[in-house]
Amino acid sequence: MEMLTGAEILLKSLEEEGVDTIFGYPGGAVTDIYHQLVKTDIKHFLVRHEQGAVHAADGYARASGRVGVCLVTSGPGATNTVTGLATAYMDSIPVVVLTGQVPRALIGNDAFQEVDIVGITRPCTKHNYLVIDIADLSRTIKEAFYLARSGRPGPVLIDLPKDIMSMTAPYKPVKKVNLRSYQPTYKPNLRQLNKVLPLIREAKRPLILAGGGVVLSKGSEELTRFAKKLMTPVTTTLMGLGVFPPRDQLWLGMLGMHGTYRANMATSRCDLLIAVGVRFDDRVTGDIDTFASNAKIVHIDIDPSSIRKNVAVSIPVVGDCRLALEILNDLLEKEQLDGINEARAPWLDQIEEWKSTKPLAYEQGDVIKPQYVIETLCRLTRGSAIITTEVGQNQMWAAQYYHVDKPNSFITSGGLGCMGFGLPAAIGAQVAKPDKLVVDIAGDGSIQMNIQEMATAVQYGLPIKVVILNNQYLGMVRQFQELFYDGCYACTDMACAPDFVKLAEAYGAVGLRASKPEEVEPVLREGLAIEGLVLMEFRVEKEELVYPMVPAGAPITEMLLV
Amino acid sequence: MNESMNEKHILSILVENQPGVLARVAGLFSGRGFNIESLCVAETNEPQVSRMTIVTIGDLGVVEQIKKQLNKIVDVIKVIDFTGKKFVQRELALIKIRARPENRAEVLRMVDIFRCRVIDVGAEYYTVELTGDEGKISAFLNLIKPMGIKEIARTGALALGREKK
Ligand SMILES: Cc1ncc(C[n+]2csc(CCOP(=O)(O)OP(=O)(O)O)c2C)c(N)n1
Ligand SMILES: [Mg+2]
Repeated sequence: MEMLTGAEILLKSLEEEGVDTIFGYPGGAVTDIYHQLVKTDIKHFLVRHEQGAVHAADGYARASGRVGVCLVTSGPGATNTVTGLATAYMDSIPVVVLTGQVPRALIGNDAFQEVDIVGITRPCTKHNYLVIDIADLSRTIKEAFYLARSGRPGPVLIDLPKDIMSMTAPYKPVKKVNLRSYQPTYKPNLRQLNKVLPLIREAKRPLILAGGGVVLSKGSEELTRFAKKLMTPVTTTLMGLGVFPPRDQLWLGMLGMHGTYRANMATSRCDLLIAVGVRFDDRVTGDIDTFASNAKIVHIDIDPSSIRKNVAVSIPVVGDCRLALEILNDLLEKEQLDGINEARAPWLDQIEEWKSTKPLAYEQGDVIKPQYVIETLCRLTRGSAIITTEVGQNQMWAAQYYHVDKPNSFITSGGLGCMGFGLPAAIGAQVAKPDKLVVDIAGDGSIQMNIQEMATAVQYGLPIKVVILNNQYLGMVRQFQELFYDGCYACTDMACAPDFVKLAEAYGAVGLRASKPEEVEPVLREGLAIEGLVLMEFRVEKEELVYPMVPAGAPITEMLLV
Repeated sequence: MNESMNEKHILSILVENQPGVLARVAGLFSGRGFNIESLCVAETNEPQVSRMTIVTIGDLGVVEQIKKQLNKIVDVIKVIDFTGKKFVQRELALIKIRARPENRAEVLRMVDIFRCRVIDVGAEYYTVELTGDEGKISAFLNLIKPMGIKEIARTGALALGREKK
């Protein structure tokens, strides 16, 4: 048998998994790996901060549906991945993070750059490993990738002691994973699905709520077929944006804290809620006791622990969302559905009325409105860009006004709400989809959290477009302060910021600025036409608020409107 | 989801005998605010498998979540909730009881009644070993308390299902 070093075994095993891209940052504990890595065909993207590496791997995974891979050194390199891991964990994104570790003999000795990263990341990974025997190395990698992408996906971390990377051992590729303790349920129980049919037949006011699980299971087409066949309106969570065509009559927009009026009203008035691949986060439900209180709830999810965690459901269905929808669609083929759509006409009329009475709205005056920037961006790109977002008002306006037309194109930190995600995620998305337009919609605060990744994008010629909605505030927090804390803007002023245009230039990118409404479209047109990395700053209305807004914990029908 | 009263549940959890598996299980309980009354863990007849016995308290919704979350841990093979099932339960306690000359006879009498064993005799203390279910152990502790208890070490509950007939 071939004798290889640990580093070689690691890289062979990665290649076995089809890995061709790694986002990483070197250091003492991983020098053996890097020494070998450059001899392979795997492309390595050198980030400027390890947090950026995980977010980039995450963005890569979200855009491509493949596992994102990240390689960092021990100690500070490893701890810098924690925020990225937590982000991927909350949103169920398949990422494998490889961390260097001090040699085995030094583990536990407070050695230089030693941290117990397995201990630190236990609660924010799907699973993690410390490899203590080189004989386990290739199996561990096989398992890690399998765990990351199967069932409810999530990040997996592998900690690799330096001495294992440099010692030699025989290498035999591992072909199969055998984990008796891990057997995700893909195929939903038919009996459960059959129970859904009478509910569909009886429902007068049905509604579909789709989430990130539909994206992850590639179930968008089945979902669309299902909704159209039953003339059932669709709302999604932030994570579900893109799974349903945004220009369809049945589309209601996102629900929840900053959801549309029609989506929130429909959720609370519906008599049947078919929830697919969602987990009923508090930003979605608001007050849990009044959430969808008139509805029977069907809940389809691959993770049994998501079901009945927050809301009581009538019919739980554990399984893969796409498979469940496919089976439901097949079952419906055989159903007598005559008349049910006529019976729903009043419901659809009601929804049309909600749409027209309380649409998303803003008034473009003398100062640039952030919504206008996003709306224009959407018009110019016809909704076909891959959007990544930062966190805050910019994220919510992006969700409300940029209507992505495909799944895997709205890439946002939903569960963790992690500022600094957008730019590195855009790097990952652009690497995964070199031919697509990738736009990071950013706030002036968030963009500064991982601004150093501009250098990464420039180094690799990634033609990302960054759209900064500069309101000179940590706007979303300021919004809370304006509405609920007597307008006392404690520590949310961001007026002291770099000159973003010069900053872009300093990084070797192009910087553009729009300060007046009439400059918005020309700047966007110019920026989008440039081939390389462009940062566009829009000096927007400082105190614009995101509407609708449901105060935290209130029923989602109690919306503050413009 | 408040649908029922808080109740004690004995959970038996079979896990892969991997490093860190105890931390995964314990961390799950602390991280999600679940309760651990007692926890007991050791290898089973299969050396790669350990059995953890955890006594927890919660309403049905909470206990359902606990079981689902436990099952999500990759190293957890199986979770059994003995609630509503036929099972046997034992706990072992080591108790160091003050044994002054005037109450030695009484201590020994209690030891006899409860079928404990004295496993160490000193000038001032008897250490006794007691097994039983939780009720028996607390009954003994209550009776012996007036004589003076110096130290106690308890295993927490252990349980196995009864054979189905
Ligand atoms: C890492 C991190 N720190 C703090 C927060 C809390 N937070 C949420 S939104 C927000 C303001 C973001 O400001 P900016 O990026 O300018 O976006 P805006 O709301 O102004 O559009 C803050 C501080 C967070 N979500 N993430
Ligand atoms: Mg801002």
